[in-house]
Amino acid sequence: MVHGITFVFAASVIAIAVLLVTQLWGQSALSRAKFGWSFFVGRTWDPVAGDFGALPFIYGTVMTSALALVIAVPLGLGSAIFLAEMAPPRISDALTFVIELLAAVPSVIYGLLGAFLLVPLMRTVVQPALIATLGYLPLFKGPNYGVGVLTASVVLAIMILPFVVSISREALMAVPREQREGALAVGATRWESTWQVVVPFARLGIAGSVFLALARALGETMAVTMVIGNDPKINSSLLAPGYSIAAVIANEFTEATSDLHLSALVELALVLCLLTIVINGLARLLILATTRKGTAHS
Amino acid sequence: MEKDNSMRSILTIALLLLALSVSGFGQTLINGAGATFPYPIYSKWFDEFHKLHPDAQINYQSIGSGGGIRQLTDGTVDFGASDMPMNDEQLAKQKVPVLHFPTVLGGVVPTYNIPGVSAELNFTQEALAGIFLGTVKKWNDPAIAKANPGVKLPGDDIVVVHRSDGSGTTFIWTDFLCKVSPEWKTATSGANTSVKWPVGLGAKGNEGVAGLVKSTPGSLGYVELIYAIQNKMPYGRVRNSSGTFVKAELASVTAAAAAAATNMPDDFRVSITNAPGKAAYPISSFTWLLVPTKIHDATKQKDLVEFLHWMLGPGQKLTEALAYAQLPKNVAAKEVKAISKIQ
Repeated sequence: MVHGITFVFAASVIAIAVLLVTQLWGQSALSRAKFGWSFFVGRTWDPVAGDFGALPFIYGTVMTSALALVIAVPLGLGSAIFLAEMAPPRISDALTFVIELLAAVPSVIYGLLGAFLLVPLMRTVVQPALIATLGYLPLFKGPNYGVGVLTASVVLAIMILPFVVSISREALMAVPREQREGALAVGATRWESTWQVVVPFARLGIAGSVFLALARALGETMAVTMVIGNDPKINSSLLAPGYSIAAVIANEFTEATSDLHLSALVELALVLCLLTIVINGLARLLILATTRKGTAHS
Repeated sequence: MEKDNSMRSILTIALLLLALSVSGFGQTLINGAGATFPYPIYSKWFDEFHKLHPDAQINYQSIGSGGGIRQLTDGTVDFGASDMPMNDEQLAKQKVPVLHFPTVLGGVVPTYNIPGVSAELNFTQEALAGIFLGTVKKWNDPAIAKANPGVKLPGDDIVVVHRSDGSGTTFIWTDFLCKVSPEWKTATSGANTSVKWPVGLGAKGNEGVAGLVKSTPGSLGYVELIYAIQNKMPYGRVRNSSGTFVKAELASVTAAAAAAATNMPDDFRVSITNAPGKAAYPISSFTWLLVPTKIHDATKQKDLVEFLHWMLGPGQKLTEALAYAQLPKNVAAKEVKAISKIQ
């Protein structure tokens, strides 16, 4: 009985996923027929002429999510190690509570914070400094608008940080006491025990936190569209404006008047689904590869 | 036990209220959807009309012009609303012919943020087109400076800000640019609610554009006149087709319609950007209600016809309080005649 009910629940999850993909597939027929594979490499997005390509949006989505991870993972892991290993329990609990509150703040609030606080800060302080010091690299060559790919990545990093911290901390706390004691007993310092024993032991949970964060970053809409500049061009500079898949769908869906425009937006949604599947798949493979190496010990 | 009873009575009241709000005791519920720009005046109108005709309730969802046209085509709403007239292709898809009824007028204004400049700037058509094409790059470009003698313009770069979401405001703005600049028309292939912008940053909604302009020195964007008035934003004068620099106001927007009104086509699908007339503000537009010529439900048909009559008569007096420009009298008169086509 219980078996049957739970099976139905599990099956419904799969059914929803299948339904979603078939709907997206069906609704995007017009655009798929017209552009074929060139949709993935097209760089034009012209709703008037009916010419659509997804590359600038794919670039913007992947770039902002990747940069957000680069910023958030070291910070998040560092905080998690402090909270789980070093901080007194009372402080650790209080801080964790605050961090979990941050995870519940609606994304539009982060977008507003980004637009009103971060954008002026980036324009007047951070970006001029980057241009002055690293401006010889194409990555930091300007222009300095305040909004752009880098600002969007920073907002995303702030948004996903609570996920990384909170779940990584849980994973670290779940590491058995004996592991730490064993390491200390053979003469490891506190840091060696943490970095070489506890963190590797908890790596699955830490990787899980990174996936969850990545998934949120890839699909984030409101906060990104408020600070990314919404310009579908691929620019070598991180300071230049860009555009993400979720943002363009939210922006143009309600006012898309031609069937092809609508169909192209649905195909973008399909691309976002695929992108999530591919990135998650790759990440899973990576874990599989690293865990197999480690299973001998445990 | 007592608690149980009170719980039950609360539940009964709640259910009753729910039933009331859903069924409304034999009320006719008319559904419409579409443009967001006229939403404040529409909700005022539908509210006032409901007070006059308690048995008729009009429900309007401001989901955007494109969504309104789509829902009308699918037959899920009784009427639509749009900031851009439907094109021939869209009209051909309708099961029954659809009529356009202009309701109010709106304008779109250039707003800017130049450190050290507080004067009201004059913009020629060429300057605006050049800025949005990316050919006029600096504030002290002769195209801008010549129209503003006596204003000391800085040599800063112009940061162009446009709407990122599809919008009737963008349609009006790009429709104007298409009319005054052949280069713009070839570069972007035409006017639409979203276009391929040659330059600039995109921001969501009037508030997004206004916010980005306010926080970015050297920027120029466009917002609805109503939004600019309500938020006391500075905005420039634009040169019209008779060579006068006109400030956008309710009167100058209505003046733009007056010129077009004399040779108004019978289907009311008309663009009044760059309209003739000395007092006409050149970036103005009607917004339309889209009503099918055949409404099967007789009470709905009667109520909607009555609403249109009321909207074109006493309803027009409510517009200015909400900063919408009124229809010229002869346009309203012509529309009243068209109402009889609804069966």
